[in-house]
Amino acid sequence: MQTEHNEIISKARLIGLFEKNRKLLVRNDTKFLAVKRDKAFASFVELGFPDTSLESWSLTDLEECLARGYDYHLHPMKEMDIQKVFRCNIPHLDTAVIGQLNGWYVSKDVPLMKLGNGIIMGSLAEARKTYPQLIEKYYGTMADDMAEGLTALNTAFAQDGVFIYVPDHVKSPRPVQLINVIHHGENLFLQPRNLIVVGANAKLSLVHCDDSYNHQASFSNIVTEVHVGAHGVLDHYKLQNLNNESTLVSSVYFRLEEAANLESHYISLNGGMLRNNIRLLFNGPHGNANIYGIYLMDGRQHVDNQVFVDHAHPGCTSHEMFKGILDEHAHAIFNGHVLVRRDAVKTDARQTNKNILLTDTARVNSKPFLEIYNDDVKCSHGSTTGQLDTESMFYMRQRGIGEDTARMLLMFAFADEIVSKIAIPQLRQRIEDMVKKRLQGELQICEQCVLHCSSPEHPVEFQIDMSKILA
Amino acid sequence: MESEANKILDEVTQGDYKYGFFTDIDMEYAPTGLSEDTIRYISNKKNEPEFLLEFRLKAYRHWLTMAMPKWAHLDIEPINFQDIIFYAAPKRKRELSSLDEVDPELLATFTKLGISLDEQKKLSGVAVDAVIDSVSVKTTFSDTLSKHGIIFCSFSEAVQNHPDLVKQYMGSVVPYTDNYFAALNSAVFSDGSFCFIPKGVRCPMELSTYFRINAANTGQFERTLIVAEEGAYVSYMEGCTAPQRDENQLHAAIVEIVAMKDAEVKYSTVQNWYPGDKNGLGGIYNFVTKRGICKGSNSKISWTQVETGSAITWKYPSCILMGDNSVGEFYSVAVTNHHQQADTGTKMIHLGKNTRSTIISKGISAGKSNNSYRGQVRISKNAVNSRNYSQCDSLLLGSRCGAHTWPYIQVDNKSSIVEHEATTSKISEDQLFYCQQRGISAESAIGLIVNGYAKEVLKQLPMEFAVEAQKLLSISLEGSVG
Repeated sequence: MQTEHNEIISKARLIGLFEKNRKLLVRNDTKFLAVKRDKAFASFVELGFPDTSLESWSLTDLEECLARGYDYHLHPMKEMDIQKVFRCNIPHLDTAVIGQLNGWYVSKDVPLMKLGNGIIMGSLAEARKTYPQLIEKYYGTMADDMAEGLTALNTAFAQDGVFIYVPDHVKSPRPVQLINVIHHGENLFLQPRNLIVVGANAKLSLVHCDDSYNHQASFSNIVTEVHVGAHGVLDHYKLQNLNNESTLVSSVYFRLEEAANLESHYISLNGGMLRNNIRLLFNGPHGNANIYGIYLMDGRQHVDNQVFVDHAHPGCTSHEMFKGILDEHAHAIFNGHVLVRRDAVKTDARQTNKNILLTDTARVNSKPFLEIYNDDVKCSHGSTTGQLDTESMFYMRQRGIGEDTARMLLMFAFADEIVSKIAIPQLRQRIEDMVKKRLQGELQICEQCVLHCSSPEHPVEFQIDMSKILA
Repeated sequence: MESEANKILDEVTQGDYKYGFFTDIDMEYAPTGLSEDTIRYISNKKNEPEFLLEFRLKAYRHWLTMAMPKWAHLDIEPINFQDIIFYAAPKRKRELSSLDEVDPELLATFTKLGISLDEQKKLSGVAVDAVIDSVSVKTTFSDTLSKHGIIFCSFSEAVQNHPDLVKQYMGSVVPYTDNYFAALNSAVFSDGSFCFIPKGVRCPMELSTYFRINAANTGQFERTLIVAEEGAYVSYMEGCTAPQRDENQLHAAIVEIVAMKDAEVKYSTVQNWYPGDKNGLGGIYNFVTKRGICKGSNSKISWTQVETGSAITWKYPSCILMGDNSVGEFYSVAVTNHHQQADTGTKMIHLGKNTRSTIISKGISAGKSNNSYRGQVRISKNAVNSRNYSQCDSLLLGSRCGAHTWPYIQVDNKSSIVEHEATTSKISEDQLFYCQQRGISAESAIGLIVNGYAKEVLKQLPMEFAVEAQKLLSISLEGSVG
């Protein structure tokens, strides 16, 4: 069986699906990978889908999302219009674009490229065949199949996804844009698997977008493993703009070697149910990680950011800052967990979560959690939830700025603390525009890729009569 | 510097438990173990009315369906409830009417504790309801109190003399279904304090109980109920010590506070139970459910606690802010040393409009101990214009201890503001250097810094307690790191 149609997702169904199709799933696996897959499957059989009895899932209930009917495809679908994927490139920005459609790698020419400087990027399925040793060295070494049922499920079923390899001492000259588009006539359950390796002293900028094209429901269980070698630098952007029917569980496992540097930006603009599992391990001393997040939610959207930072080695610095604006019935959850182990002296860890609630029906749950087993540390966390500052509003109204515009300006300023951290100027401009559009309620999940549709001729401006202000 | 600091750390960590003495007085025990018979025995011994026995049995049956909670950051050896004596009372031949009739050994115990009833009576004007192993022995100043219509007596007396009040309020804040230990307490509670402040009365003195666990292998299950009627005010103090014993002793208490319109209740605790020796042997298991409800508008409940004892502390004094404009406060200093484990914090449940809460928590961990703050701030949809400010700081002394912060924040409306901040650090070497440079020894300097660190909470304590709390801090901590 290669495709299952419109069935609700249950543990039993997936166990059946795996058992029936095991041969197909392992056909390109090396022995090492096949063992990993079987172990992960056994772990899923034991753990099943996470439910609200688990503390980390107590506020995000997947039951309703799973109970819909979904198709499951074990082969790439024929009807793909790959051109759609490549419309999403960011204007005026020279990027290497690689794409995924419904979880499968798509390319205009070859499925796996090796550039002159040694950078490899393309389909993970192809890479397994072409570079088995390289894959074995990294694949499955970061993701935790034993603790998370959904990660185990992904490993058990993983077929395709994106593989990027930047060799030691190579600095990628252009940012890589990875576009993951969901576009299908039926509800889809998909499980892409990505592996990103940045070698020692290497450098990569990666823009990772999750988009949907139509209003069809989908359930994505994405696992991404990211390895940054000693002194390596990764600039990572995750943009999420999915329709309100979609469920996205994105688990990203970062592993930072000695003095590695990570900047990660999570920009959640839309999505029915977004869950970001961000797990970061300092696997060597003197690493540095900044994780920023902004979520702008309305309607009945639900966003859940779970950030776990494991300070296993001394002298590492981690800063987390997540900010959100919640309108209508939106619900946001932030769970930060910083673990400072016994020997991780000179750790500097900071967690910040700030929320603005625009309505009485919006909800926030915030849990910044510190677990510290060492005295020579500098750790802090802060969490605030409130409204737009009335004094600032007054100040602007007094100067002739309309109430709506003033509110927009304040919200934009609130979000800008995160957006301004984006290092690529063209991308920052683009995301600023998207945030403005989002706040003005103009950013829609239409029949277009969001990055494309948000490329107006003129940048989005606030309607402020400057003559009144300057006079 | 380093070695000196270690030396001081050793000195402190090897310091003996000052209150570890055992008073040999005649005791009367319930049969070991827990069953409906034990409960009937306790109820019968205390000559309780039918409704209370029913309450106990219902709680017991509910307890049987529950399992020991595992969510706390505590490593607890399984407790065998059949190995515990659930009731121990000093044998009393007749009713006591004056201090002279109290067992001199018992009085000496109090003297060692530094709360000689006599002295307290004469000097401090504090009314003391001393609870030794479950039975309240003597209540002082009841005459003065009764003049104001204040009822301050042991729980058993209240059951006999004011059954209606007990029936009305008992279990109204902490129902027996609340949690595992609340159910256990509701089934087997032995005694405790009862305090009722009538409408418009400002209690002229600070009320105080002194709990003490004396006999080996007895759990102490006391139950305190404080009711402040409209416009009433009371400041209530609770202090706890236990003698040194090798086996873990179980303590599962319930404190319930009800504050009606415009009432204010201030509850202060100094808990200095035996924490176990430096190898983590023995010590008290302390599982306490403390909760207050601000029932009427403009009411206020304030918890202040200094926690230095117990091998395991599981305690979350909470406020349910039901009345509009009501105020909840929580000030805490929790110190852990050796192998002590503390998982403590508070819950502020905002239900009424314009409710406010403040949380100041200072955790200090030394030795191989683990000290966790676990707090919940919940602003419900109807609690418009509510405000919370939380500050949870942790101080780590030594590289083998742990400090953890678990704040749970939930906000369900747009007009409320919630702020939480926390820091974790060690004593700054700059501060130490500054003091030492000026001729202050390392030990005194650390004492100074730690006391300064905890000042914000200590200043909330009533005078008598503040002095004791500072002493306790100095015993458990002074000079414990570099």
